[in-house]
Amino acid sequence: MEAPRIDSGKIAEVSHGLERAEVESREKVFTVSDLGVAYSGNVALQDVNLEVHKNTVTAFIGPSGCGKSTFIRCFNRMNDLVPGAKVSGTVLYHGQDLYARDVDAVEIRRRIGMVFQKPNPFPKSIYDNVAFGPRVLGMGGSMDERVEQSLRQAALWDEVKDRLKDGALGLSGGQQQRLCIARALAVEPDVILMDEPASALDPISTTRIEDLMHELKRNYTIVIVTHNMQQAARVADMTAFFSVIVDDDGAGRRGILVEYDSTTKIFTTPSDKRTEDYVTGRFG
Amino acid sequence: MSAVAAPGSIAGGKPRRLWRNRIFKLGMLGCMFVAFGTLAVLLIDTLVTGWPALSKQLLTGLPSTVAEEAGARPAILATLYLGALVLFFSVPVGVLTAIYLEEYANRERWWNRMIEVNIQNLAAVPAIVYGILGLAFIVRGIGVGRVVLAGGLILTLVVLPTVVVASREAIRAVPDSIRQGAFALGATKWQVVWRQVLPASIPGIATGSILALSRAVGETAPLIMVGAITYVAFNPTLFGPYTALPVQIYNWTKQPDVDFQTLAAAGAIILLVIVLSMNAVAIFLRNRYRKQW
Amino acid sequence: MTTADASVARPTTTALPRKKIRWGEQIVHLVLFVAAAISVLTTVGIVLSLVLPALDFFREVSPVDFFTGTTWAPLFLDAKFGVVPLVVGTFVISFWSALVAFPLGLGVAIYLSEYAPPRATSFLKPILEILAAIPTVVLGYFALTFVTPFLRDQLNVQVEIFNALSASLVLGVMLIPTVATLSEDAMAAVPRELRDGGYALGADKLQVSTKIVVPAAISGIIAAFVLAFSRAVGETMIVLIAAGQLAQITFDPRETIETITAFIGATGNGDVPTGSIEYKTIFAVGLTLFVITLVMNLISIRLVRKYREVYE
Repeated sequence: MEAPRIDSGKIAEVSHGLERAEVESREKVFTVSDLGVAYSGNVALQDVNLEVHKNTVTAFIGPSGCGKSTFIRCFNRMNDLVPGAKVSGTVLYHGQDLYARDVDAVEIRRRIGMVFQKPNPFPKSIYDNVAFGPRVLGMGGSMDERVEQSLRQAALWDEVKDRLKDGALGLSGGQQQRLCIARALAVEPDVILMDEPASALDPISTTRIEDLMHELKRNYTIVIVTHNMQQAARVADMTAFFSVIVDDDGAGRRGILVEYDSTTKIFTTPSDKRTEDYVTGRFG
Repeated sequence: MSAVAAPGSIAGGKPRRLWRNRIFKLGMLGCMFVAFGTLAVLLIDTLVTGWPALSKQLLTGLPSTVAEEAGARPAILATLYLGALVLFFSVPVGVLTAIYLEEYANRERWWNRMIEVNIQNLAAVPAIVYGILGLAFIVRGIGVGRVVLAGGLILTLVVLPTVVVASREAIRAVPDSIRQGAFALGATKWQVVWRQVLPASIPGIATGSILALSRAVGETAPLIMVGAITYVAFNPTLFGPYTALPVQIYNWTKQPDVDFQTLAAAGAIILLVIVLSMNAVAIFLRNRYRKQW
Repeated sequence: MTTADASVARPTTTALPRKKIRWGEQIVHLVLFVAAAISVLTTVGIVLSLVLPALDFFREVSPVDFFTGTTWAPLFLDAKFGVVPLVVGTFVISFWSALVAFPLGLGVAIYLSEYAPPRATSFLKPILEILAAIPTVVLGYFALTFVTPFLRDQLNVQVEIFNALSASLVLGVMLIPTVATLSEDAMAAVPRELRDGGYALGADKLQVSTKIVVPAAISGIIAAFVLAFSRAVGETMIVLIAAGQLAQITFDPRETIETITAFIGATGNGDVPTGSIEYKTIFAVGLTLFVITLVMNLISIRLVRKYREVYE
């Protein structure tokens, strides 16, 4: 019996992404060369090369365990916090080595923000959640204005403007995630990384988050990890497909970048058979 | 056709099984009864014996060799001072140690593992050994003397492992996602700890500290060793001689005169009130702030 | 849908922030390490305060006499320093209190873990905590003034005024919460699936509790027992008040005995001149006690590791 086939052409139909030429004409924000990540000696990811451009949405897709989350955490040096994690290769941020010895990782995270898969608001008020970043970074100016602006950008202001002092944990899942986005926006980043931002949310909240991404990309560079191919098609300009290779003895698994191209191309005429198999549902 | 295997020991006759279970349950309830019954008998006996001697004189007066006139004010005050000292020293040191072990210490390093093992061992050391430590260093070593401050320091050491363990648990209970979120915004390690982790663990730390305090207040053995003197007829000061309520109770118990036995019971009532109200506060705090992450 | 505010400020410089030494963070790390080091200093202090005077003591009294001698009379003119009676006294007390605390504590634990309805548990556990919180001086008083007369007059047990039995009984009850809470924790950690497996086979509650849950939790239960025993060994006030100060070798709990801790407590409290041989006995005996409890602690850790069932 034949396995059911996804018509990836139909997926590609919803794509409004930019053309590759247009993307590449924009300034390079990240340049990744020969990147590899190993945890305590076990290689999780290797030989990744790609570029992320300004004011675009780039999506990483692939089966579970292929290292997408590990990879995205390289961009804001969150892997530094994992004991035993080693990053090899280069990541250039606006042309400069992100992993150079004398780079301050803590400051980096202000410029390259992150939103996590499971919304993780702090057990404080809505206001204090958004204000946390600017406060610890010592940012000046009117905090009230900053909080309002961030909440507006995250499309949450109207819903919470009358209850800023209420606890953040009382919000719904979708609202909490938008709060986390507002929180990241409050420190005025350059890039926003999103690790499966909508996978823990219901479909309506998911749609709102995706609409948000369209808006935000006007001013920010966005990189997302998603296991949902339709989502990648809906929001991303460029899509990178990752997969897993298994060691000869079957014991080790490591992630590799298979193909990276404009979203439309990935879903209509992928160059690599593995990509085609994945987007048409033959595996993964 | 093979015979069905005869039922093994699990399937007994229903009545026999019922009885077995009933007796077992009765046995366990009996255990509970002994434990709680003893507690009840103790409380009632103490209350009944000591009630006649409970008076304003006892609470506010000075000790005396005449039982009717004896008061426990210096002892009560000293106990309160000691409690304050223990709180003042053990909570900061204990919480800071817990923060170090949970958030900062690299487990690979031998000295950090040694600190951890150390604290576990210290928790198992009998209180009287701390008393010997105090004796050695008071009489010979640094020589602060047989004063309230010394008693407070020794009691701090006795309960320090408890505070550390309780604080560690409270800190560990804070989900890692909170830390990740804070780091991702560009906060430094101390900012994450001070502004997110600690505030979230305060209820657990408070509960643990109050329980440790209640234990310190009831400790007698270390104080006996470091010189809580028998007869103190003046209000205690930080650098002066003293006696504490538990020690006072012990001294009264030693006296053969039955009036002093009554006094001892009365003193026990006061001590129990102090200790049990602290426990009640701790239990209340724990229940009130039981977070659902 | 709100429009993105195009006037949002962004870092204009693209130079990467250079690593600066955050002095605040370094100081914090140092302060924390110092706090943690205090515990190490405490241990060092304890060891020094025990070992140095004890060595002094053993210069005057031969260790062989000390550890094997069966007469303990340090304050007499013809002083004898055999520590065996004290150790026996300690053992007798611990043995009888264990006899009380282990079964009763385990019974309470099984009840709370397997039988008690949740509402009852939330009401019973705090009472257990209260029992654990009673100061030992009060327990000692109770042992002397209630339990001993009760044994003599109501139960017709011929106990001395100061006897090991009263102290052991009270001490045993005091340790029930220790055994119960640790054992209950261990039993609560046993996964539901194991119990369900037993019930599904047709086992009744008694069998599941005793043949499945308790064996699965045995490492925690053993740890609880050892901890309770160790506490019994180190307990001072109850024995000091109720068990007496007669260092003799006897296994009859109705007699008066003296434990290591009672000796230390009584001597430390009294007017023993500093530097005298009697004074030094405190440290030699204290060292013995410290070593015994330390060894028990290590045994407990070893046992727990050996019998631990790891539930992934």
